[in-house]
Amino acid sequence: MQMSLVIDANKCTGCLQCEMACSYEGEGVFNPTKSRIKIFPFHDEGIFVPYTCTQCDEAWCMHACPVEAITLNKETGAKEIVNDLCVGCKVCTIACPFGTVNYNADSGKVIKCDLCGGDPECAKACPTDAITYQDANWTGYDKMKDYAAKAVPAK
Amino acid sequence: MSWTKKVLRINLTKGTCTPEPLNMEWVEQFLGQRGLATKYLTEEVPPTTDPLSPENTMYMITGPLTGTMASTAGRYSVVTKSPLTNAVACSNSGGFFGNEMKCAGWDMVILEGKSPTPVYISINDDKAEILPADEIWGKSVWETDEWLHAKHQDPQLRIAAIGVSGEKGVLYSAIINDLHRAAGRSGVGTVMGSKNVKAVAIRGSKGVNVEDPKAFFEATTAAKKVLAENAVTGEGLPALGTQVLMNVINEMGAQPTHNYKDSVFAGASKISGEAMLEPRDSDGKPNLTRNAGCFACTISCGRISTIDPQHFSVQNKEDLHHSYHGNSGGLEYEAAWALGSDTGIDDLDALTYAQFVCNEQGLDPISLGSTIAAAMELFEEGVITTKDTGGIELNFGNAEAMIKCVELVAKGEGFGQELGQGSARFCAKHGRPELSMTVRSQEFPAYDPRGIQGMGLGYATSNRGACHLRGYTVASEVLGIPVKTDPLETEGKAGLQIAFQNATAAFDSAGICIFTSFAWSLEDVAPQLNAACEGDWTVERLGEIGERIWNLERLYNDAAGQGGAADKLPPRMVTEPATSGPAKGKVNGLDIMLPEYYAERGWSAEGDVTAETKARLGL
Repeated sequence: MQMSLVIDANKCTGCLQCEMACSYEGEGVFNPTKSRIKIFPFHDEGIFVPYTCTQCDEAWCMHACPVEAITLNKETGAKEIVNDLCVGCKVCTIACPFGTVNYNADSGKVIKCDLCGGDPECAKACPTDAITYQDANWTGYDKMKDYAAKAVPAK
Repeated sequence: MSWTKKVLRINLTKGTCTPEPLNMEWVEQFLGQRGLATKYLTEEVPPTTDPLSPENTMYMITGPLTGTMASTAGRYSVVTKSPLTNAVACSNSGGFFGNEMKCAGWDMVILEGKSPTPVYISINDDKAEILPADEIWGKSVWETDEWLHAKHQDPQLRIAAIGVSGEKGVLYSAIINDLHRAAGRSGVGTVMGSKNVKAVAIRGSKGVNVEDPKAFFEATTAAKKVLAENAVTGEGLPALGTQVLMNVINEMGAQPTHNYKDSVFAGASKISGEAMLEPRDSDGKPNLTRNAGCFACTISCGRISTIDPQHFSVQNKEDLHHSYHGNSGGLEYEAAWALGSDTGIDDLDALTYAQFVCNEQGLDPISLGSTIAAAMELFEEGVITTKDTGGIELNFGNAEAMIKCVELVAKGEGFGQELGQGSARFCAKHGRPELSMTVRSQEFPAYDPRGIQGMGLGYATSNRGACHLRGYTVASEVLGIPVKTDPLETEGKAGLQIAFQNATAAFDSAGICIFTSFAWSLEDVAPQLNAACEGDWTVERLGEIGERIWNLERLYNDAAGQGGAADKLPPRMVTEPATSGPAKGKVNGLDIMLPEYYAERGWSAEGDVTAETKARLGL
């Protein structure tokens, strides 16, 4: 079964546990600037929005890469960077409509979410379930259930 | 390992930024943050120093866990000599500033001397600069924050700044980071202002490492589970924030009301955490929008709130900063009691507005509210009149008068300049010093010590003046953590306070939030420190470090004239019995508890640290 990251901004408190978990998994250091998932605070509106790669099927980044350094992990559906092939040309960062592929100046390669090989650390670290890892075919399940519950008569 | 072992020393007089190694010998004795910076202070700033002179020094310091994935590990402290208390000041803040400092490669930033002109400090990893702040001098914290983000074109810059009150010498000015997290007490913002420093802006990209990653993840994951399963850190604080306490403390008969004349407030439920969830008439929205977590915090007691758009405080004020018409850092219990029950005001939106002002202009709402409450009592007694207040009818319960005072103190103008000296100086000036609810000239926090006896001893002996965050025996006396004790009894409270004071000093030196101590003991902290840091950090060692820190602070205060003679409560607490509630008829039994406390601390009958105790602790 393929899984997807599901994000519910209304549950996010902006604590950045996810960014630290991600940077540690990817770079071996607690460093939000090296995270593949970012939390965006909208201060006056009073909301924190987590944002990361949605793993497009027809991935712009993958198609744009001139050296085929972005490959599909068939098991997880993730588009993964092959570091040995990446030449740091940054074309994928331009191709991605969402900005979720970024260049890492320290390594000279790009970084993006790879779903941690199917066990995403961000979802495990989130204390409020704002980030969960769910059946890719049913990412709307909880939202549907919430709306369905409105049909249940009050006790 | 999770120390960077680097200190940035900024001499404002000379205009120099110089890196130096962290004193690792002192780390062995004092751990980090509160303890370590206090050691630096005691070595570098003589106890008799005028706190607002260039000879005072300000230490902004992280703890060993700061910047890691341990829950709540974003803390930093500001240590200096306080202009409010003339004693040691140590104010702890969350938000995202401490972790950014560590991420930039610095354990501590030291500000010494005084700049000839207004400046701010810019730190980008190894690069540190002292830059002109003429354009933002006279601006609020929020305006400063916007200006710096725009100037540096960096949305991820983390900023700690002072407001106008700190520039104008209001003695309880705070340093505000990330718009609404405060190093709040004892006037640390006033010291920053006296050095002509408006802000410190940091961007770090280096990251933080730990000694043993596998052990660290095991320890921090287990500790997070403890927080999630605890009734206070897993339920009460996330649901209602610190305001979970309003109704609880009121029912205990320990809710400070009308400048501590009363200890039950009839309007408490209207300004409680529960009230913040109720939809209001005007726009159908509740006061609370959502919870906000500081860096790495899995509790998230922080509130994001709005003010009722129809409320008088924001009506016809188009020139107000846009955040007053949107969301910002919401009401905390310590602001709600001081600006609310203590002034007899049960208007939730007025209090939220006052909280916003405290954040925007960098004020300690506890000292502010408590000083206004004392002024209200003086006004009702006829000691001061509208001639003194500039026309303000300063009666208990008058929300418009309270707001006017808050606005004046925020700008250090007129009557606000006088209120800005704090209640001890204000009441003394008007010939009624006994009406100031202070210890070491710092205002009481939210717990009437007639109804919670241990807190009276805590206020009297607190090294930074009256405070709830030095030994929160409310946890035991009210909440039953770790064991329930009778709040109306004095027996055993000396030992209880000492245990809380020592453990708190260790927590405050580790880089984590003291709120974790509702669920964690040092047994939970030690494995996290052990995995993060080189060396062996046992529970016993942390307990001893806590005791050593407490005694070091005390020795400094002794030499600063704030030792045993200052261990006393206002006469109201020890001679006027509580008038209602469970504590009715009770006064605080400080006279019984204090000698026991001195004896158990290993101090003399006058409260001096004995040579024997000093030797035992290596001081």
